[in-house]
Amino acid sequence: MQRRLKDINFLDVVLWILRAVIIGAVIWGSIATIIENPYPINTWVETIIAGVAQGSLYALIAIGYTLVYGVLFMINFAHGEFFMAGILTATIFLAQPWGKSGFLNQHPLIGLAIITILSITISVGIALLTERVAYRPLRKAPRLVPLITAIGASFFWQYFFRGLFGSDVKGFPQLEILTGKISVFGILVLKTHAVVIVSAVLMLIGLYIFVMKTKVGKSIRAVAEDKDVAALMGIDVDRAITITFATGAAMAGIAGVLYALVFRQVHFFMGFIPGIKAFTAAVLGGIGSIPGAALGGLLLGMFESVGPGLFLEGLGIPAPHQLKDVIAFTLLVLILILRPQGILGERISKEKA
Amino acid sequence: MIDNKTYSLKDIIKTGLLSGLIALSLSVIGFITLLNKRELVAGILSLGHVFLFSPLIAFAYLSAVRIKDEGKYKILGSGFLIGILTSIPLLILALIEHFYDIRQFLVNVSPDLMEILLFNQGIVAGSIILMLGMGLVGLLAAGLQTLPENIRGPITYALTWTLLIGTFSEILSGRLRSFFGPQFVKIIFVRKALNPLVAGILLLFFAGLEINTQKRKKRDDVKRPWKNLDPRIKNGLGMLLLLLLPLVLGTYLTEVVNNVGLYVLMGLGLNIVVGFAGLLDLGYVAFFAIGAYVMGILTTQGHLGFVSMSFWTALPFSVGAATLAGIMLGIPVLRMRGDYLAIVTLGFGEIIRILALSDMLKNQFGGAQGILQIPKPNIAGFDLVKPEFLFYVILLGVLLALFVSWRLRDSRLGRQWMAMREDEDVAEAMGINLVSTKLLAFATGAAFSGLAGAIFASKLTSIFPHSFNLIVSINVLCLIIVGGLGSLPGVVVGALILVGLPELLREFAEYRMLMYGALLIVMMLLMPEGFIPSEVSKRELHAHEIQD
Repeated sequence: MQRRLKDINFLDVVLWILRAVIIGAVIWGSIATIIENPYPINTWVETIIAGVAQGSLYALIAIGYTLVYGVLFMINFAHGEFFMAGILTATIFLAQPWGKSGFLNQHPLIGLAIITILSITISVGIALLTERVAYRPLRKAPRLVPLITAIGASFFWQYFFRGLFGSDVKGFPQLEILTGKISVFGILVLKTHAVVIVSAVLMLIGLYIFVMKTKVGKSIRAVAEDKDVAALMGIDVDRAITITFATGAAMAGIAGVLYALVFRQVHFFMGFIPGIKAFTAAVLGGIGSIPGAALGGLLLGMFESVGPGLFLEGLGIPAPHQLKDVIAFTLLVLILILRPQGILGERISKEKA
Repeated sequence: MIDNKTYSLKDIIKTGLLSGLIALSLSVIGFITLLNKRELVAGILSLGHVFLFSPLIAFAYLSAVRIKDEGKYKILGSGFLIGILTSIPLLILALIEHFYDIRQFLVNVSPDLMEILLFNQGIVAGSIILMLGMGLVGLLAAGLQTLPENIRGPITYALTWTLLIGTFSEILSGRLRSFFGPQFVKIIFVRKALNPLVAGILLLFFAGLEINTQKRKKRDDVKRPWKNLDPRIKNGLGMLLLLLLPLVLGTYLTEVVNNVGLYVLMGLGLNIVVGFAGLLDLGYVAFFAIGAYVMGILTTQGHLGFVSMSFWTALPFSVGAATLAGIMLGIPVLRMRGDYLAIVTLGFGEIIRILALSDMLKNQFGGAQGILQIPKPNIAGFDLVKPEFLFYVILLGVLLALFVSWRLRDSRLGRQWMAMREDEDVAEAMGINLVSTKLLAFATGAAFSGLAGAIFASKLTSIFPHSFNLIVSINVLCLIIVGGLGSLPGVVVGALILVGLPELLREFAEYRMLMYGALLIVMMLLMPEGFIPSEVSKRELHAHEIQD
């Protein structure tokens, strides 16, 4: 890229200073923490594993952003709500009654399978409805327009589900077989974390195969490349976009069940912040790329869980864990300034960006 | 959209079921039950009924418009059918609830809702009444379309106005009482709703009024005494009315108007950033927060304060700090566009809120306890405590912001903003300095928001981090979109509709964000230019029509 104007150079200087300040603060904080050594090594291992589990959830949600962005070049702001809708409904209608009657502990596998199916169904249903009503008629509108409807859809679904199920936090029943820890290569891992990590990896591999090896996946990639040419090749563009939304929402539905297993509580607002974080993860890894979403999710989860203790504690900041969202958002801003194409993304051409 | 010729029985059934599903959704989320508490005509009609039947009325009327050439009986039949179909999802809900308690899942399927749906009757009689009632309403709504204009006009006009008066009867009765005394109010209103007899008289009155206007229109002698007035006198009169407003409105309504005013102020700022310059900023509340916090810290008499300035001395610092923050945020995001910008600014807004909430800055900003004991504005030793006095402070701010926006819009800078909004690359090629133009947009927008924040802090005398969450940003965005992006009167109208109305209809508060979300989608689908479109977007839409 060539240098253009001298005032852009001024901008570069400011950005370089910003970069230096933040990286400096991170390094200084980390060194100070390491010297002080406030936590035993086990705590760090636990934090890292919690970060990986959290990151796997982000990765699953980030898939929805990445797929939709790849196809439509729009940020589906309402994606976090698809994640919330599925598990909230499944908790109210299945998990809570089954938890009370003990069915869930007698047949945990069957129970969880049915809960997952309901969660996916609702997530996908909401996603398709949103796409049909709020996005499809606006596909040719200026880019600000679908973004605004997406914000509208996000708030609509949040408060719709609040009206439906009430605004209180709902408990998700504890599963006996998932309590306690298991030992993996000598490291003790919470069973729920292990389940989350393993299922996320399986889902991501499955998704990668679906998009890369199947005919439907091929049509999605063709539509992402060029809608008009894809249509000329005999691909039903609307159908491909619908499938894209459905796939992303299904991943969000599964992520919802895993979230409930780990945190054991669900509520109507639970989708919003994870949604923004997952978007951050998608941007971090390179939006439009599936391995990128996985990597971005993982990194973000790690940063969030390790960051407060490592960077901020050393700087003498009290109660650093309150600031974990600040770390995520700062990371987002930094990535967008320094490397907008993300870690694994291709440089986005101007018309797409 | 759907072609007239293909609009068949199948489409009518689809329309009916769609309207039924909307009515069902409104019922199960508790909207209808809540609104039912507000009676319009005592003992006869509540706002809940209006909303229960509104999807049906809208769909029946629209489908009647679509098949208007196909004969009266078909139109009436379609209306009746849509009405029956609308009632079916509701009936299914009522039946399920009757035999199986679904309230354990859906909290809002309450006995109250069942009473509304079944008109206080048993399940069998209630179902029949609901079905036939909906059929009849559908029939009437469709039938309205078949009437000639000179009958339809007065009917809709009279219904609209009577319903509006009924909706606001609580506030109206309060104001009328302070002017005419309780005896007068007792005649018109029963239990904060219209007396049925009065409602009938109002209906006739408004119908007569409209018939009269129509006749005049035909003879072409519509009286418009204000039309030939000198615009300066007109503006002067308008100004005078504004100045006298608090006297007419009373304390409560002035408080509402003050809130609207603060949102107008923020809306004008965001209108510069989003409407003029096309930079979608979702973290706009951050500048509001900065303005409020600077005002709070500089003026508070509590333990966080160290200078105890007066409101007027602190005001420039508040606005200055917000402006500076606008530039600081602007620099890193200069190269971002559209949706990326939206997310980054959203993140910025959240960072500010979390920092204000955190223990890290507790000694400076008070953490979750916020800042207390902020004094009210003070003029010549006189504290402006009552909302009636604060009104003038806010009015001054709004007028200033309106003037600045209005002068900027057609200035060189304003035109640079609009050029940048249309196409950044072309604008740069035309010699526009994108860096300074963007930063000026962020700075001006932030300054207005900071001003609003400063007044807000002083008005409430205490501020908490929770007042500055994302919802404020979304509210402001909504109101400028509803009013019309880039349109100055649009901001005022948008704030009146989106901030003023929910304050008057307290019941809406719980469903405010739901309605905002739906409104954003509907506006973007049906009228993306807003209620009062700006000149530019009017022209653009017109050009679009010609191209098609």
